[in-house]
Amino acid sequence: MCLAVPGKVLEIEERDGTRMAVVDFGGVVKDVCLEYLPDLEVGEYAIVHVGFALQKLDEESALRTLELFAEIGALQEEFGDPWVSAAEAAAGGEEQR
Amino acid sequence: MRYLEEFQDPALAQRLLADIRATVTRPWALMEVCGGQTHSIIRHGLDQLLPEEIELIHGPGCPVCVTPLEVIDKALEIAARPGVIFCSFGDMLRVPGSDRDLFQVKSAGGDVRVVYSPLDALRIAQDNPQRQVVFFGIGFETTAPPDAMTVHQASRLGIRNFSLLVSHVRVPPAIMALMESPTCRVQGFLAAGHVCSVMGTAEYPELAERYRVPIVVTGFEPLDILEGVRLAVRQLERGEAKVENAYPRAVREEGNPAARAMIEDVFEVTDRAWRGIGTIPGSGWQLSEKYREFDAERRFSVGGITTVEPAECRSGEVLQGLLKPHECGAFGTVCTPRTPLGATMVSSEGACAAYYLYRRLGTGAPAAAGGSAAVGSREVSSVG
Amino acid sequence: MAELTDVESTAAPAPDFDGWSCPLPLRDQPRIVLGHGGGGVLSAELVQHVFAPAYGGPVLEQGGDAATVTLGGARLAFSTDSYVVRPLFFPGGSIGDLAVNGTVNDLAMAGARPAYLSCGFILEEGVETSVVARVAQAVGAAARAAGVEIATGDTKVVESGHGDGIYLNTAGIGLIPDGVDLRPQRARPGDVVIVSGEIGVHGVAVMSVREGLEFGADVRSDSAPLAGLVQAMLAVEPDLHVLRDPTRGGLAASLNEIAAAAGTGVVIRERAVPVPQLVANACAILGLDPFYVANEGKLVAFVPRESADAVLEAMRAHPQGVGAAVIGECVDEHHGMVVARTGLGGTRVVDLPIGEQLPRIC
Repeated sequence: MCLAVPGKVLEIEERDGTRMAVVDFGGVVKDVCLEYLPDLEVGEYAIVHVGFALQKLDEESALRTLELFAEIGALQEEFGDPWVSAAEAAAGGEEQR
Repeated sequence: MRYLEEFQDPALAQRLLADIRATVTRPWALMEVCGGQTHSIIRHGLDQLLPEEIELIHGPGCPVCVTPLEVIDKALEIAARPGVIFCSFGDMLRVPGSDRDLFQVKSAGGDVRVVYSPLDALRIAQDNPQRQVVFFGIGFETTAPPDAMTVHQASRLGIRNFSLLVSHVRVPPAIMALMESPTCRVQGFLAAGHVCSVMGTAEYPELAERYRVPIVVTGFEPLDILEGVRLAVRQLERGEAKVENAYPRAVREEGNPAARAMIEDVFEVTDRAWRGIGTIPGSGWQLSEKYREFDAERRFSVGGITTVEPAECRSGEVLQGLLKPHECGAFGTVCTPRTPLGATMVSSEGACAAYYLYRRLGTGAPAAAGGSAAVGSREVSSVG
Repeated sequence: MAELTDVESTAAPAPDFDGWSCPLPLRDQPRIVLGHGGGGVLSAELVQHVFAPAYGGPVLEQGGDAATVTLGGARLAFSTDSYVVRPLFFPGGSIGDLAVNGTVNDLAMAGARPAYLSCGFILEEGVETSVVARVAQAVGAAARAAGVEIATGDTKVVESGHGDGIYLNTAGIGLIPDGVDLRPQRARPGDVVIVSGEIGVHGVAVMSVREGLEFGADVRSDSAPLAGLVQAMLAVEPDLHVLRDPTRGGLAASLNEIAAAAGTGVVIRERAVPVPQLVANACAILGLDPFYVANEGKLVAFVPRESADAVLEAMRAHPQGVGAAVIGECVDEHHGMVVARTGLGGTRVVDLPIGEQLPRIC
């Protein structure tokens, strides 16, 4: 359900009394309705579903989450989790084949 | 794409998996509510990477699959009428009604068009003032705000030749219905992230408490799903049952207040039938009195169409993890991906459809389809 | 319609697992739907239940993109294809390029050197003559670029409202060098699977026009003739096993057809498949899978393991194969099926599409 992807606001304009934005999805550009995120500004990211921006993407939170994941890993590495080593070895071998 | 690919990183995925393995001590059955999550799980083969203690039960969260036969029959009836332009999201076109699908209506002369956004349908209505333009409004809380806004705009701009065939559904009543079943095996939920982007998380603490289940708001990329599983398993192992947010970059507690206000203005809560499952009280939305003139069911007088769901479909039990797909009498005979009876066979991510596909692979069972995760997934992962 | 009913009544028994890859549900399809032209399950059913029984004949049973026939001692590849693309002109090409390159490539996939093409125009009453001229120019230019001659042609006009402006049909013949035997049935376990470059570009370029997507950078159709590339490959390994151009239904459909024809399994490594970032992003927005998106200037090859490195090198040295990459292998498991190793180390089944791919929301 609910395929939604993050995009960056390039421009904002009123069209027929509706707040619209031009949004960049990694080089793919599409018009998006901004009525539900009236405070969103150019340069910010939003989660977009069927042509509507539904929620601002919190960039700081995204980076914090990724840092958290990396820390979880660091902790495990000290234990030398055999699953991780095995999986990484398998993945590495796969690439070289 | 920024903030998408970072959450597909294989090295970080391995680290999350290692943490899950280190945490889990016994079997747990989790349900991912959302079809988008199921898609991601199958797309990335996540189910096979999880420790075998963890069973993922695919939830009812694919709006295309759960749209009841009766509504589809109404859509087919409307779409076949002369003068109508029937607009729909692409994935709805192949879903069969009682005797045909929208593709077949189109091939018989119906003007059926695939649109990317409901606003595209509104534009078509503006460009074709002499035609009736109907948009098929399916979806969960995520898709309700776009459809609500479109109806609101139609009203504001006086576009009277536009109407909405509404089959919107709501997640929390479905979770309640599942948990009310005394035999339900689900021990924790991965709640649908984008639903919560709109609705927030306020509806969930009560459910977590009442049914003693962890509810983890979860995103859609592989790392998001693994983090959802990780937090749910951690709660289960500790004997906790609370609401956690594993998707904070897109979900705030209050959701999107503007979108919720628009939903409340345009829609009102109603009972709704779910394909193959039955009617769940308060689980749907219909247009509110104020906007009812835009209701396609009224405009085209199709309220009289009633369709009884096939009795032999047992997808409700499959969804609860009570029945393995192949244990259903209809499975693989009258019910196949080409001729599906219920929600779980309609979508390629549904438990029954996945089971059907993986049977061809010779593993006997798909990873994570209705209660048979472990054996199937190990065998599948040995293929490469 | 009567014929369809006959076919149905004599068709297979009730569906079961073993029969599912060739099901009978024509009775569910009393009329043609768009998916019958999508290159997936529905297309295959139409051929199997309607055309093949009506035509018969051993050549048709070969089942490749082009037929291989022997005539007066010469081995010829022979193929026909029709083109109904909308819009007529799209970033990087037009229906005219497609019509030439499509048939040239079908011949090339049989190992042939394409020589002569026919070109039929079906025009809709009212279409501008200048548009017809532009398409004809494109046909001529593409033929010269591919080194083939348009040897014969035809023009018909249908009433206004009965066509999409212009439909084209091309047919072509070419000579197959001695010792070359390219057929989907020849794939065998151990073969290395190679694609000639980035996939999904053509389909996304066309969809961008239909779905109102704009691209910050250039996404142009990859429409190109591949006969030269094929000859360069055959020069280093005359015994290539299978070539296929993954047009409708994309890479997924081609690999499934080969796996089914040869009765082998195919394993691909997802991360090894070259997908341009813009194609991946456009697919993410529309809910599509790049493996199912059409290509018009790429091929997929099943190559004996011993010569895979040499073939890859020869491909990369050719302008149409610069981005060539090994993406997987043919295996003696899960016969008739294609399985992908995901980037995270999981596995997924890459199934034959049922009809054409549609943008999805869920």
